[in-house]
Amino acid sequence: MPVSRFRRFVLAAALACGMLGAPVVAQDDVPVIAAASDLQFAVTEIAAAFTAETGMDLRLSFGSTGNFARQIRAGAPFEIFMAADEHFIADLHAEGLTKDSGDLYGMGRIVVMVPHGSALIPDEGLDNLAALLAAGGITRFAIANPDHAPYGMRAREALITRGIWDDLQPFMVLGENVSQAAQFALSGNAEGGMIAYALALAPEVAARGRFALIPAEWHDPLRQRMVLLHNAGPVAEAFYEYLQTPAARAIMTRYGFDLPEGE
Amino acid sequence: MDWTALWLSLRLAGWTVVILLPVAIVMGRFLAYRRFRGKGLVEAFVMLPLVLPPTVFGFYLLVAFGRNSPLGDLWQGLFGQQLVFSFQGLVVASVIFNLPFAIQPAQRGFEAVAVELREAASCCGMSPLRSLWQVELPLAWPGVLTAMVLSFAHTLGEFGIVLMVGGSIPGETRTIAISIYDSVQGFDDRGAAIMSAVLVAFSLFAIAVTFWLSARVGRRLS
Repeated sequence: MPVSRFRRFVLAAALACGMLGAPVVAQDDVPVIAAASDLQFAVTEIAAAFTAETGMDLRLSFGSTGNFARQIRAGAPFEIFMAADEHFIADLHAEGLTKDSGDLYGMGRIVVMVPHGSALIPDEGLDNLAALLAAGGITRFAIANPDHAPYGMRAREALITRGIWDDLQPFMVLGENVSQAAQFALSGNAEGGMIAYALALAPEVAARGRFALIPAEWHDPLRQRMVLLHNAGPVAEAFYEYLQTPAARAIMTRYGFDLPEGE
Repeated sequence: MDWTALWLSLRLAGWTVVILLPVAIVMGRFLAYRRFRGKGLVEAFVMLPLVLPPTVFGFYLLVAFGRNSPLGDLWQGLFGQQLVFSFQGLVVASVIFNLPFAIQPAQRGFEAVAVELREAASCCGMSPLRSLWQVELPLAWPGVLTAMVLSFAHTLGEFGIVLMVGGSIPGETRTIAISIYDSVQGFDDRGAAIMSAVLVAFSLFAIAVTFWLSARVGRRLS
């Protein structure tokens, strides 16, 4: 009888609806930290140390600095914003969206990184890249999107300084953020790419290829700044302080985030 | 394996289905039985999410419901919470994006109910509501069920909008699809592989159930 089958369907649907009412783990009081994707490994490690030490939980969200800035303007409930470039913090501060002007937490550096087996050899002066490009040996080269990702902007500046930006254009693949650029660069589908030093130093990434540090003078300094946002609660404030302790600084230094002298 | 994200996706899909069930019945029945001027336009509107890229809708949602927008202020005033970057926001986005998946199959289901049966029901003095409950739904429910299964499975796979208006907040807006994306970017290939396999299994199951149901209905009607 179709009617009884229909009744069974109604009963099952009602049961399914009942399950939705099941209590959900309340996480509203656990602050969300929005961090630039070059911090993927460093901040995850610091947050784990913080939670182990204090028993306080954090929720981490990694992405492109430009995208986070956009989401914060639209009212995203982040409590700390760790940007890859302090200009984004300055703009938010000018609009009154942050507690103060924040603190510098490190200078970002970029590297040229190639996967194992790539024809490209990473070198500081990008000489091999230029030579291979001239010889037609480059098919794909990855950077973060220079329109909104700070690491992409710096990669563009460095490539312009080296004089190969225009020639590289036809082969460029753009990641939405520097993590995705690293994914593209090391997936084996590209000769390589320019990514964050902090990512190249992470064991998960380092195992996939070789890299060379690009001279800092080739691009504008990548001053990375963090700031507390207006809805920051006590846990977020404690973590913000923790980020400036020697223990956290030691992890940051291990990932290549040096602080400039006197700051 | 990010269980929080899987549970969040299941909850999102569940709420989407709960909200879309009455919508699918009312709209599906309406579109199946009524002829009116501009019906083609209404049907086109229902199908719009099928062809629009999620970025279009994500952009509209961000602008329309963001801070400083009248709609965003209204929602904040009513519910004391922001719509974008919240679970509720994802539910709203998901409901609108699943309209074609919910209404189309339900409409086909109602269209399959013989007109003589409906006329007989009304001749017997059944109210439209009673006719819906005792005559139409028992015949049209496989279509409605297909609609719900498709909406559920499709919500699990939603990605673009969630990426734009979600903010990847664990336990709030980081769905399983976003978690897979984050894992890939974090070079956690193992996690991405496990979660992808779970999603494939889930979706395959949902679609298999749908085909099985429609085959049964086909046999019964023939």
